[in-house]
Amino acid sequence: MSAPRRPSDPSGLERYYVLTGGRSGPGGSASSLDVATLIVSLTAPVTGTQHEHEEILRRCRDPLSVAELGAHLGLPFNILAVLLADLLEAGRVEARDPIPAHDAGRGPDLALLEEVLSGLQRL
Amino acid sequence: MDFKGFDHPGRPAAGGTRSVKVMIAGGFGTGKTTMVRSVSDIKPLTTEETLTQASADVDHLIGVADKTQTTVSLDFGKISLNESLMLYLFGTPGQERFWFLWNGLFKGALGAIVLVDTRRLASSFRAIEEMERLDVPFVIALNVFPDSVNHPIDEIRDALDLSPHTPIVACDARDRASSRDVLVALIHHLKERSDVALETR
Repeated sequence: MSAPRRPSDPSGLERYYVLTGGRSGPGGSASSLDVATLIVSLTAPVTGTQHEHEEILRRCRDPLSVAELGAHLGLPFNILAVLLADLLEAGRVEARDPIPAHDAGRGPDLALLEEVLSGLQRL
Repeated sequence: MDFKGFDHPGRPAAGGTRSVKVMIAGGFGTGKTTMVRSVSDIKPLTTEETLTQASADVDHLIGVADKTQTTVSLDFGKISLNESLMLYLFGTPGQERFWFLWNGLFKGALGAIVLVDTRRLASSFRAIEEMERLDVPFVIALNVFPDSVNHPIDEIRDALDLSPHTPIVACDARDRASSRDVLVALIHHLKERSDVALETR
């Protein structure tokens, strides 16, 4: 049996502090993460690692957006981004940013717009 | 060239699924969440960002409790456009003054839909200004409520101080097909902008 717990911190800040080891924002490759960035696991979850990391790897066997992950795990974006930065640095997940309508140097992505349009017309 | 079934060139393998995003903006109570809900394939979800007044490079959460803390929520949905392309729709928070705090909220978006309630035009002024300031292409969707008066489009364009190039469409945000049509209008608008951009090159 576990020891009785103190009432949880209503703001969640204490929990976030523990989860992230006190880091408030991601650095490196994760600093460009977007709510619509798709996360895909590159490795199977290993037991013994931090529970949240394991949970991310398990949920992202199929590509899942950062926003969906946040909603499922009940974590705000900035906290989740710190956890994703760990996994990105360890090469355990891949991040695919949303495709913009204009690709730098290549002009408007007409093929993409056509693809979106035909998808919408099938709805 | 057709890359269907193949991974996008220059991208690592692993399924090749990609995403695009569209933002849904507009004043409080104009129907943003309603539109996300009606057109989404999944039950709409909410994601949050906790914001503090502390500067971005402060590296400790400790002590943050006595700083001003704001939670900004985004309601969002998803449409599977085909096996390998997902469209994410994000309803922006009603309080536009918080948008700038959510770093890059509009970055990488294809464009935006600005919902307008014709009974309260002014409630969407701020959203329109922000789209123009951030240079996000957008269409205006007049969400028709049962007691809305039918104003001529020109009057509305005038009142909203819109350029003649900004499309204005009427919709019923509760209706899936109607909301889909607004998305179609946005993509057509983006294609037209592309054509103009190509011609003036």
